[in-house]
Amino acid sequence: MLSLAALLPLGAPALPLDEAGKYVAGAYVVFLVLIVVYVAIMAAKLQRIERELRELAGFAENRAKGEGAAPQRDEVSA
Amino acid sequence: MTPSRTAFAAILAKDLRSELRTLQSLPAMALFSVTTFVIFRFGLDRTQLSGSLAAGVLWATLLFAAVLGINRLFVAEREEGGFDAIRLAPIDRSVLFAAKAAALLIYLLALELVAVPIFSFFFLDSAAGLVPLLAVLVLADLGLAATGTLISSMAVNSRARDLLVPLVLLPLVVPLMIAATGATDPLLAVGGPGYDRFGTWLMVLGLYDLIFSLVGYAVFDFLLED
Amino acid sequence: MYGKGLRPLSIATVAMVALSLSLVFFYAPLDADQGFIQKIFYLHVPLAITALVGFIVGGVFAIAHLRTGNRKWDAYSYVSIHMSVIFGVAVLVTGAIWAKASWGHWWVWDEPTLVSFLIVFLMYATYYPFRYAIEDPERQARYASVFAITAGAFVPLNFMAVRMAQSLVHPRTFGTANGGLPGEMMLVFLCCLTAIALLWVTLVKFELTAKSASGQVKRLRRALDAPTPGAASRIAPEVS
Repeated sequence: MLSLAALLPLGAPALPLDEAGKYVAGAYVVFLVLIVVYVAIMAAKLQRIERELRELAGFAENRAKGEGAAPQRDEVSA
Repeated sequence: MTPSRTAFAAILAKDLRSELRTLQSLPAMALFSVTTFVIFRFGLDRTQLSGSLAAGVLWATLLFAAVLGINRLFVAEREEGGFDAIRLAPIDRSVLFAAKAAALLIYLLALELVAVPIFSFFFLDSAAGLVPLLAVLVLADLGLAATGTLISSMAVNSRARDLLVPLVLLPLVVPLMIAATGATDPLLAVGGPGYDRFGTWLMVLGLYDLIFSLVGYAVFDFLLED
Repeated sequence: MYGKGLRPLSIATVAMVALSLSLVFFYAPLDADQGFIQKIFYLHVPLAITALVGFIVGGVFAIAHLRTGNRKWDAYSYVSIHMSVIFGVAVLVTGAIWAKASWGHWWVWDEPTLVSFLIVFLMYATYYPFRYAIEDPERQARYASVFAITAGAFVPLNFMAVRMAQSLVHPRTFGTANGGLPGEMMLVFLCCLTAIALLWVTLVKFELTAKSASGQVKRLRRALDAPTPGAASRIAPEVS
């Protein structure tokens, strides 16, 4: 288990590493977990945006190919 | 009379007349209150109440009965096109808010006229605390009328409107309930009415009424836009 | 452009959070009464203050929305309230942990600020079902703004009423961190407050940027006449 003493350099106030430490650690862990959960949710959103953009880019390229074929031939002949 | 005042009087009169004719909300609210008192008698296993317990039972019951009435407040407007009528009329639309809040206030006072004596009859030793209680009732009803009208007008245009009113209204009236029970508790004490912080609680109620009447009046216009 | 400035903002946030954590555990003196448990307050109180200010900010954005009719203010209002609700969860959980550590119970009704916060949280928790219940997007935005303004007015009233309800028999055993704090503790507290506030702003901006990106994708989709996949979210306003 992460020992809070490991975070202390010399010269810090003496920590009573009894029950109190667990509660304080618990509170900060909750905070951390909430942030990480939020990051995970945003990551999922970002993935979805990337997927949709990829799909749209493919769609646009296909359409450009489809239209580009006909006019190009006309330009060449004119 | 200015057009706003005429409209106010007209809407209020129509509402009261409609209620008197059909008697939809008021008897239900009163009956609900009495039944709830009986439920509390058995739920708490008490035949006499005083102090904070009495205040709590009374105000909780009044609040839930009020929600019944608030749920139905704008139903007529929704079904008969009252919202459209007020939109077309060349008056300040907040008049509808004021008129409906006034109607709701009257219903609440009428409810209390029935429910509070019955409460006293069921549970209280003496009715001495009831006279000063009137001041608390009136001020609390004003706040309840303002917030109830506001929430009801939003809920009526939504899905699950019966759920929305209790859901949103109850947290909103917590400060009102705190002040009302705070003032009522010493009034219903065993030894006779006490006035511990009575003035302070009445001021809190007044502040609540003022703030939410103003908020309701100010934003109501935006609720009616189509 | 919502993403602009997001990088410097997040760097500042990281720096402040790192500084604050260091100060809390390496610099702040130990409290005489509460001991090590008091360190929770460097996290709990800034979260609470930020959440409450966030709710008020949501109300201010709502006023802007009603006055200008520009839907972007509704999105700002929604995200502000949403973020404050999330921070509110953190407040209640850290508050419960503190209560358990101090009093032995996970919840105490004696601490008026915590109780007030619970009621405010419950109020704003109804924001989501409220939005969900109104189908027309334009009306939903307007009603949500009304809700945000009403709830914003409610917050100070609620704190006042709950504080007054405290029986005089139970005096408040823990003043807010601002009451009589020695200089070093005050410094640490202010750093933590700044860090949490910056975090709130960064996350709100982050959320708005993500929404904006989604909005641009939709816009692109419309411009290309590409088929749309499933329905959009019913309650979260869009940003474009």
